[in-house]
This record gives sequence, C-alpha cells and structure tokens, in this order.
Amino acid sequence: MALNKEVLFDEMHEDFSAFIKSAYKHFDTKYSKFFKMDSLSKLAFLTADILLKDANLPQDQENNIALVFSNRASSLDTDRKHQESISDTDNYFPSPAVFVYTLPNICLGEISIKHSLYSENSFFIFDTFNAKHLCSYATALLDSNKASSVLCGWVDVDAEAYEAILFLVSKKGEVTFNTNELNRIYNDSWTH
Amino acid sequence: MDALKQELKEKIIEQLNLEDVAVDEIGNGDPLFGDGLGLDSIDALELIVMLDKDYGIKLSDPKEGKNIFESIDTMAAYITANRSK
Repeated sequence: MALNKEVLFDEMHEDFSAFIKSAYKHFDTKYSKFFKMDSLSKLAFLTADILLKDANLPQDQENNIALVFSNRASSLDTDRKHQESISDTDNYFPSPAVFVYTLPNICLGEISIKHSLYSENSFFIFDTFNAKHLCSYATALLDSNKASSVLCGWVDVDAEAYEAILFLVSKKGEVTFNTNELNRIYNDSWTH
Repeated sequence: MDALKQELKEKIIEQLNLEDVAVDEIGNGDPLFGDGLGLDSIDALELIVMLDKDYGIKLSDPKEGKNIFESIDTMAAYITANRSK
C-alpha cells in the first residue's frame, strides 16, 4: 500500500483476510466496526482512511468531500456468500450481516460515517478502470460547487483478486487531474 | 448451564466478528448492547438467526429479543427453557 508513491505497507500474506487485518493493525486504524465489514468495504475503507488521515480533516465537523468510486465486480464477492447461505432450502439461514453488504456502495457509507461526509456519493461499475468517466464526473462536481474535494477511484474485490487506487482531487491540487494522468498513475501502480 | 454460557460467548465473538474481544472479557451479566459489548441492530438480527440455526428457537416477535439478548445469563436461560436442538 502506498501514498503518493511512498510505500507504507508491503507485507505478503496468504490471503486477503490476513492481509487486510495486518494492514489495519499496521495503520493503527482503531475502528471497532471494521471487522464486521465485507472485503470490499474493508479495502475501500482502509484505502480511503490512509488518504484522508493524511489530509488532516477536522473530525468534529462536516467535510464536503464527494465520493466517486468504481469497480468491475460490484459486490459479487459478498453476493456469492449470501447466495451460498440461501441455496439449500433445508439449511436456509441467510446472514443479515452478510446481506447488508450485497451492494457495492455500502462501502461509501462506511467511509462517510468515519469521516463525517454528508456529500454526494456514487458507485459505478465498469469492465476496466475508467479514467475518463472518473475525471469528467469529479470535474463536474467541483465545477458545480457540489463538493470542495472529490475522493474518486477504483476499488475491486473478487475472491482473492483485489486492487484499490484512490485520488483526492480539488481545485488546489499539485498534480494535474486529467484522463492521461489518472491512467498513468493507475498503470504505474501495479508495476512496482 | 455454564458450558452453554461459554459456548454462547464463543459463538458471539466468532459470528459477530468481535475481533478484539476475548471470551473471559464477557461477564455473564454484562449488557450485550449499548455500553456493554456495543452490539448493534444487525448483530441483534444475527443473534435471532443463531437461535434458530443452532438451538431450533424461532422468535415470532422480534421485540422479545430485547429481554432475551440482555446478557449471556438471559440468553442461556431462554435457550435452556426453549431449545429443540
């Protein structure tokens, strides 16, 4: 896991569960509800938390940061778990705690609760990372003053395959925000 | 009854993903919701499913849960009196 090219956590673990638990402890996150989340929310929450902690947001007041997330698998990882719990009519015990995560945008709620965000949020499903859409949507939110900043990006979990990359965008950023730059950062992220 | 209370503590920790809670940290009379273990409404639904799945107890009125899930003591007493598994 890296922040602005600086690697902060690079432990190897045998599965996602062990990896995210170790990362949670490494970053000293201290959020009791974390372990109740599904894999997508854990990954989105922790990635956002690393970025937003670095931004030093005031925790006692509303932060006008819009969330624009995207992925390929939607909530499929959790959908499968729910489906398994209802597939046998003789052993039909769906878990409420699993069911509540059978939508991808639930992870946006988890982030919003932690960081006092009451702003716009959207979750889009694409076949691949769609820099053009993220760029145009985030720019529209900033230009229309719907948000002072936009946390946007890609958070995807499908069984043991997972990746997350988020960008905190505002009109005062140091790095140019455009489609080419997003694609470059995204592509570079998996080669290190 | 003591074995059931121990079993309930282990099940609650595992099924409700209480990562940083140990069995011996849950007192038999401690409140499970509110200031106690801090369980929430989704946890309450999980406990209702657990009663059905593991002990064959179906709650016809979810409001009953408020008294049943007050503590490990109250859960164990209710399960002992009503279990079919």
